[in-house]
Amino acid sequence: MSAVLRLLSRRLGISLIVLVGVSMLIFGIARVIPGDPARIALGPNATEEQVANLREALHLNDPVVVQYGHFVADLLQGDLGVSLYTNRPVTLDIAQFLPATLELVLFAGVLMVGIGLPLGMWSARYRGRWPDHLIRVVSLLGVSAPSFVWAVILMLLFAFFLPIFPIAGRITDSFEITRVTGFLLVDTLLAGNGAAFADALWHIFLPAFALAVSGIGQAARLTRANMVETYDRPYVEMAQAYGFSARRIAAKYAFKPSLIPSLTIIGLDFAAMLGNAFLVEAVFAWPGLSRYGVAVILRKDLNAIIGTVLIISATFLIVNLIVDLLIAFLNPRIRHSERGAS
Amino acid sequence: MSDVLEIRDLRLRFRGYSGTSEVLHGISLNIRAGERVALVGESGSGKSVTARIVLGLLQELPSAQVDGGLFFEGEDLNRLSRRQWRALRGTSISMIFQDPTSSLNPVFTIGTQFAEVLRRRDPKLSREAADERAGTLLQSVSIHDHSRVLGAYPFQLSGGMNQRVVIAMALANRPSLLIADEPGTALDVTVQAQTLKLMHELVERSGTAVLFISHNLGVVREFADRVFVIYRGRIVEQGPTRAIFEDPGHAYTRALMAAVPRITGGGLPDFNDSESAFLDPMVVHGGGKA
Repeated sequence: MSAVLRLLSRRLGISLIVLVGVSMLIFGIARVIPGDPARIALGPNATEEQVANLREALHLNDPVVVQYGHFVADLLQGDLGVSLYTNRPVTLDIAQFLPATLELVLFAGVLMVGIGLPLGMWSARYRGRWPDHLIRVVSLLGVSAPSFVWAVILMLLFAFFLPIFPIAGRITDSFEITRVTGFLLVDTLLAGNGAAFADALWHIFLPAFALAVSGIGQAARLTRANMVETYDRPYVEMAQAYGFSARRIAAKYAFKPSLIPSLTIIGLDFAAMLGNAFLVEAVFAWPGLSRYGVAVILRKDLNAIIGTVLIISATFLIVNLIVDLLIAFLNPRIRHSERGAS
Repeated sequence: MSDVLEIRDLRLRFRGYSGTSEVLHGISLNIRAGERVALVGESGSGKSVTARIVLGLLQELPSAQVDGGLFFEGEDLNRLSRRQWRALRGTSISMIFQDPTSSLNPVFTIGTQFAEVLRRRDPKLSREAADERAGTLLQSVSIHDHSRVLGAYPFQLSGGMNQRVVIAMALANRPSLLIADEPGTALDVTVQAQTLKLMHELVERSGTAVLFISHNLGVVREFADRVFVIYRGRIVEQGPTRAIFEDPGHAYTRALMAAVPRITGGGLPDFNDSESAFLDPMVVHGGGKA
């Protein structure tokens, strides 16, 4: 397994470099946006002196490089500063809003993989016949509209015209759930409250599905394309010549070799959902990081902007790291390579 | 003696956008129990499609239209359902492909793939029992560190090693017919010769009939009891190996023999295949057809 360890440490190193780069970039960009954050935070009625004091407290009069130095020093102690918008530590704000977003994205990811891969597998197994044509049309439809469009369409269809799903929120207010992980699906189960779990599931389904639709289409198309190629390989012909059943060939012997090239893209799509989640959250009034993110950007709340972007970047990198490890696990050539190829 | 395989007037057409094109124009051949029969011809002559028709694989292509009699151990294959035909594959009929390394799945261990093959005959076989049987079978193809091989992936083994594995798999379920489609062509010559010798010994010992598909007459001469020469979808000559090699009757057979490279030099001869002699009727040597 040392090849995998080498891979892991290499990727961790690269991730760290990327994070440093992102922090510099966003630090710079946030300061280029016009407007004085201290003035915005204090409002039009504050005196010049008050504004000057706040600018001093925020080190805003120092050169940008020095400001960045202050930021890194604080960050190393786990301190992202105080949000001027909520007047609380940014870390606290993120801890409050991030779980809702993560839960939404993770659930959407499960839908993407759980629906997209089997659709692609089916499509490839029946390539050239009607199930294939049907799935290809449906998945093309899925990728051809962005997720916020799907969010609006699905909301109109299944929450408004056919009120099957709730329009907004994470859970019906009457449920009292103690917060442990911040993931309602987990917290309700921990509390042993089945009704609340079902309610949370009912709330999350439509936004998560809207978020996942294009990913489902993408995953299905990718899996199909790779599998159709695999079906032409001699080892699939050999499996057929030995009478392995069509189902077993599709689900195992043609699927696994095709999964490896698909997985990288699926991982990227999954991570991209973090960005799309902002719009879907807005449509479904999902109390996640997006509302917070938008509010702090409009208020030029420097600390909060940097904190939010950094956390999202870190999540993106973690997802990619997990995907890389998964590929290493699935692909024996990586797992057994003597030199730890990447 | 009874025939393991009999093919009677087999025709194959492919339907395309510009009408149908016939690929096999009525092929007849038979293989007796335990006999090694070679089907020889250049690429595109119809050797490999014949093998795939016997397995019932080609018939699943919507564009392929197959006519003609196919009998396996006296049973009319055309009357079997797809399911019944599939049941013969990997049990009573097995196949070896051209390149052993690419015919093994790259992301599963040899052991997993071997167990799947063994379960064709014995669906309830546990993995431990399968590994044990596979180990014995690998020993019969002179692989002695079989536990390492069973745990390995195809890319970790040499081509010759994979070829032995594939031979062991092909004979694992004691098939009565083995179809070998240019086995080992992808390997280097010495390894190919070794593995063919091994295959020869094993099928002789187990009494497995072989349909040996090749373009290499040198190999065929070593391996086969009888030879069918196929040219552009027709059998042009057939007979016992020795008779054909001593007295090739058809112009195409002579051209094919002249194409076998010799160490003493000479290189490949040019031959003019628009010559009318290539369209001569089939030459049958004595003792050819039962």
